[in-house]
Amino acid sequence: MDRRKLIKLITTGTIAVPAVIAGCKEEEKKTEATKEPQFNLDRTKEELAYEKSLLAAGKFFTDHEMAMITVLADIIIPKDDVSGSASDAKVPEFIDFIVQDMPQYQTPMRGGLRWLDMACLKRYNKSFVDCSQQEKIEMVDDIAYPEIQYEEKGNKTKKGKVKPGMEAGVSFFSLMRNFTATGFYTSQIGIKDIGYIGIWAGLL
Amino acid sequence: MFDPAKNSCQLNNPWDSPRRGASTKFRPFGDFDGSYWGWEIDGEPYTHDGDTKWEWWRSRMLGGRTNHWGRISLRFGPKDFKRKSIDGLGDDWPIGYEDIKPYYDKIDRQLGVFGTNEGLENDPDGIFLPPPKPRLHELFIKKAGTSIGIPVIPSRLSILTKKINDERGQCFYCAQCGRSCKVYADFSSSSCLVIPAMKSGNVDLITNAMAREVVTNKEGLATGVSYVNKDDGQEYQVEGRTVILAASACESARLLLNSKSPRYPNGLANSSNVVGKYLHDSTGAGMGGIVPTLFDRKRYNEDGVGGMHVYTPWWLDNKKLDFPRGYHIEYGGGFGMPLYGFQWGIENLNGRYTVKGKQKQPGGYGASLKEDYRYFYGAHVGMAGRGEAIAREDSYCEIDPKVVDKFGIPVLRFHTTYTDYEIKQAKHMHETFTEILTAMGAIITWGHDDGPQNNWGLHDPGNIIHEAGTVRMGNDPKRAALNKWSQAHDCKNLFCVDGGPFVSQADKNITWTILALSMRTSEYIVDEMKRHNI
Repeated sequence: MDRRKLIKLITTGTIAVPAVIAGCKEEEKKTEATKEPQFNLDRTKEELAYEKSLLAAGKFFTDHEMAMITVLADIIIPKDDVSGSASDAKVPEFIDFIVQDMPQYQTPMRGGLRWLDMACLKRYNKSFVDCSQQEKIEMVDDIAYPEIQYEEKGNKTKKGKVKPGMEAGVSFFSLMRNFTATGFYTSQIGIKDIGYIGIWAGLL
Repeated sequence: MFDPAKNSCQLNNPWDSPRRGASTKFRPFGDFDGSYWGWEIDGEPYTHDGDTKWEWWRSRMLGGRTNHWGRISLRFGPKDFKRKSIDGLGDDWPIGYEDIKPYYDKIDRQLGVFGTNEGLENDPDGIFLPPPKPRLHELFIKKAGTSIGIPVIPSRLSILTKKINDERGQCFYCAQCGRSCKVYADFSSSSCLVIPAMKSGNVDLITNAMAREVVTNKEGLATGVSYVNKDDGQEYQVEGRTVILAASACESARLLLNSKSPRYPNGLANSSNVVGKYLHDSTGAGMGGIVPTLFDRKRYNEDGVGGMHVYTPWWLDNKKLDFPRGYHIEYGGGFGMPLYGFQWGIENLNGRYTVKGKQKQPGGYGASLKEDYRYFYGAHVGMAGRGEAIAREDSYCEIDPKVVDKFGIPVLRFHTTYTDYEIKQAKHMHETFTEILTAMGAIITWGHDDGPQNNWGLHDPGNIIHEAGTVRMGNDPKRAALNKWSQAHDCKNLFCVDGGPFVSQADKNITWTILALSMRTSEYIVDEMKRHNI
């Protein structure tokens, strides 16, 4: 596929129309919330109005972005012997909600996804989701290990090394890992996995 | 009307919240917290003088902040009422421990508090229910504290570890007191005072009302309160033989300062000009870490009461220190319920500590990462100091003449500051926490960077949500708004029974003393009514 078509695919999720890259505007596919939302939590009337406005707004991420989030989330938390995967626990849906609830994360997430697509385009001439499993993991390996700094016995210590040019991808992946983990381990599947018991065990 | 039995989110699971319990502006302590609103309320602003700081938590619901508070229920000790006589700072109270002790005893019995009698001079014994046992991290804390001379004793919380009457249930250890309790097993003024009082049939309760001012007559007596009904937006007035304010220290001060009349041009009960002054909060600073010996722990039910099972009362002599007054230490840790933010920043753990003997790169993904999340769960501990700040005339709130809220009521402008005393206290907390954590073999992960650049992690005033001092009591009408019965010097049928009357607030969370003082005032009002004095 030629580069221009690929970029169009990444930005709009379709290749039907030839693309003009500059000034290309993202079409956000909005899914209308048709059902009246159900709340089993006590809410004040101001809270209820806010919750309804969030649900009425539909999805934040485009289908293409959601596909990327799903692939990434399942790379971060795959199914293993103990529990299911991030997508089994509906982590992508959680991430879509949370960036609407916390708009400060919209740009880091949307921008990070685009950064990843562009990095894959350069390296493999494919969008991230179209990469082979091996290519995806190769790419993820370059952004999955941030550098950390801490003090040990009075000495400043560093661990991890980021390849030059990968810093933005590393920041994005760290955020993606945080969202994935927090979404997963606060789900029914994840809480069983981590082994939180409490008096709540009977309710799980 | 908020009723914990109906409205509490106590038994919701994390996934019942679409944001998994994260904060919103409506619930700054999280989506399940038992407080309607918090630091900011739409349409109800407050302002600051210059770059001074005050954080003001307001809960707009029946029972207010008592629905979500920490239930730490400490009696003030004999020294706490007479601090000026000890260190020359602030003022003595017009009453002493012996005046309030009978009321502490009554509320211990009526409302219930667990703890242990330790015979400590300034942390008086009480009438305690049995305390819950310390948990693993608390045993570590106790061992470490004891080894370096810091006492760690059972906490004192108003939570029913035993049934005390048929109206209230017994704690079933869900660890979620902050959400308010559906079986009324912890103290909230909604569940334990107002709702039972309603059953007497002698109470008319008006909720969703925003008080505008206290109304007075030609003789200068209080005749009632005018208010806005928040549902229909109309103006109303209630009349009474006495008016008793319990709106929170700052809201009560605001109400008095806004109650101006030709007779009271300076606001009601304010001929002394002290209303709004002496505003102070508890000092606060914290630190936490991770305990490698707790890595990869066996799983079991570690939930207890909502909060700590052990704490440290103030244990030192200020004569040997460079700051006045003390602080107590609160502890946390263990297998908490996973909520939003859980497992954030794993790279700082799995990049630093070996997992099952393996050194990994920070971050990562996949089955190996899932192993890491399990490995570190339940190994964190944290601690926080809550200390006594000096109440000062030049640290205050007042009416901002230029700003009104959405009801047209002039708002408060804050001018609260800390001095070297509070900063040095926070520095001492920092040193103590470092010692305790080091003694228990923990690696400090937060709070260690606090230093002179940020006042040793001292929280901004107001942040600890123990506002007090704005309508203080005292024998001299020129220097106090209220007498020793919490009765206004200027207006004999007006009373204030929240944190306003406090001359100083010790290093003890103030709720139990608010309750004891208000019971004492209630008995006084009944006596004075019988004598036809009011």
